[in-house]
Amino acid sequence: MSIFSSRLFQQTVTYVLLLFLAFVFLFPFYVIGRNALMTRREITAAGWTWLPAEPQIENLTNLFNDPLAPMATGLRNSFLIAITDLILQMVLASMAGYGLARIPYRWRNLVFYMLIATIMIPGAVTFIPKYVIVASLGWVNTLQGLIIPNAFNVFATFIFRQFYLNFPQELEDAGRVDGMNYWQVYRYIVLPNSRSVFAALGALTFIGSWNSFVWPLVIGQNQSSWTVQIVLSTFMTAQTINLPALFMGAAVAVVPLLILFFIFQRYISQGVTFSGIKG
Amino acid sequence: MTTRNMTTFPVSLRQNRWRTALTFWGFVGPMVLGVIIFTYIPVIWGLILSLFEARATIEPTKFVGLENYLFLLNDEKFLLSLRTVGVFTIFIVPITCAFALLLALLVNNVTRGKAFFRSVFFIPTACSYVIASLVWKMSLFNGLRYGVANAFMNIAFDAPAVDWIGTVSPPYYWLVLVSVRLWLQVGLYMIIFLAALQDIPQELYDAAHVDGASKGWQVFRNITLPGIRNALVAVILLNLIAAFQAFDEFYNIMGGGAAGGGAGGGNAFLARTPLVYLYSIAFGGRDYGRGSAGAFILAAIVMTITVLQGRLFGFGRSEA
Repeated sequence: MSIFSSRLFQQTVTYVLLLFLAFVFLFPFYVIGRNALMTRREITAAGWTWLPAEPQIENLTNLFNDPLAPMATGLRNSFLIAITDLILQMVLASMAGYGLARIPYRWRNLVFYMLIATIMIPGAVTFIPKYVIVASLGWVNTLQGLIIPNAFNVFATFIFRQFYLNFPQELEDAGRVDGMNYWQVYRYIVLPNSRSVFAALGALTFIGSWNSFVWPLVIGQNQSSWTVQIVLSTFMTAQTINLPALFMGAAVAVVPLLILFFIFQRYISQGVTFSGIKG
Repeated sequence: MTTRNMTTFPVSLRQNRWRTALTFWGFVGPMVLGVIIFTYIPVIWGLILSLFEARATIEPTKFVGLENYLFLLNDEKFLLSLRTVGVFTIFIVPITCAFALLLALLVNNVTRGKAFFRSVFFIPTACSYVIASLVWKMSLFNGLRYGVANAFMNIAFDAPAVDWIGTVSPPYYWLVLVSVRLWLQVGLYMIIFLAALQDIPQELYDAAHVDGASKGWQVFRNITLPGIRNALVAVILLNLIAAFQAFDEFYNIMGGGAAGGGAGGGNAFLARTPLVYLYSIAFGGRDYGRGSAGAFILAAIVMTITVLQGRLFGFGRSEA
């Protein structure tokens, strides 16, 4: 048996490859941190230095004082939008999913198909007509214009429906026997037992709305309604570029999500696997 | 649909039936209302707008029939944007699928540190296209000598600085655009593949071993590949749909196009996707009629591809 086919050799090659790839994948995050803590001169110097001579914490205050980057407003808007969207999407989708799975209404399959058909419509392609509707409601440059049109998540409804179809019927029947109506069964039996679906879809929803770009770009035309992504996108193309503050801005915008990601990683993988099932 | 839906209930109790209907709409009504207002009505209104002249106003002003569609189908810039996104798709979809599968196989095969590597490749999912574009444009592929790629090339090969984004020929900007999306998305698809790989029963591999299928390639072809077939089809489809609607990284790295828009003209003339072009028509040029017509052309293309791919791979048979 040659050395190349031995198990040890294969494992070694795999690990070397994986470690190299891990380095490459983490590198962009490292660059954000490195540049966020360097002076402009250090960033633009010829050659390559791995770490700043002295971490420039004041880049953070410079960022929040830069009139070209209304970071405080952007962070506030992004938090408000992501949290509200999260709550609305989860409440509306789980309710609809439960109704479609469990309430024996005559036309419920028709309603289900009417909802599910919209998944086929490519999301980003509807943004112009959707803008037209939102504009006619007078919602351009408003938070409700940024939140409400995205509150109705048909994909999440589909996942919730699947989950509730497989929910142990006996538990619900027990509640029904005790005289509970559908609302009470939903509130006191079904909801407490669907935490993992909420965590999986909720984490994906939050990431999605925090990171979304097209819709905030179209609706948030005034600085006061910019999200953090729009702030960074604009800052990037500003005439005078404050490089350290720009990267500090990227760090400030990505760190909350990295923390969220580590806490909810298990659920996020689950949510992603759902979307694989969907496809 | 499952037969479980066919729950029967006493028809004689009419009141009960009304109550059921009321409860149903209580649960499902808000979602249906929202989908009607923010999906169905926009699609219908968009269809109407696309048949009218609607410039600098969101109201249809003059009926023009298919003129907006004909204009776009003869508009060189629009056709070029379709070609651009076609080229992009041809690169990004196979590369992402192959790389995601490779990562999944590697991660699945190690005994120690599985969770660590899995996390590392999955983390970019938490990063936005804007932030990734920022890092790629302002640091990794910055055209000045302090850009990471240039610094590396300089140290390793003493090569001069290259303008990665603005060079027309050779089109280095494809390297930038493909790598940024690859980095952002590949971990996501790796997770889907990993889930599929873990569902393949170990006995199949054991049996193959007994049968003497010792070559890795044989095992991969006859056991692994059939086992992840559904996941592969899903990944290709998700990838295709996403690539055709590419906007964020093109807008932020190449610029938004000359007709206004925050990111200025930039290098948009080099590589502009249909969505970026339609954005500049609708929001730069405030021409909602043509913008809507373009949206429907793009929607038609994406849906045709979806259906075609479904036919090709026998899709939709296995409803989850």
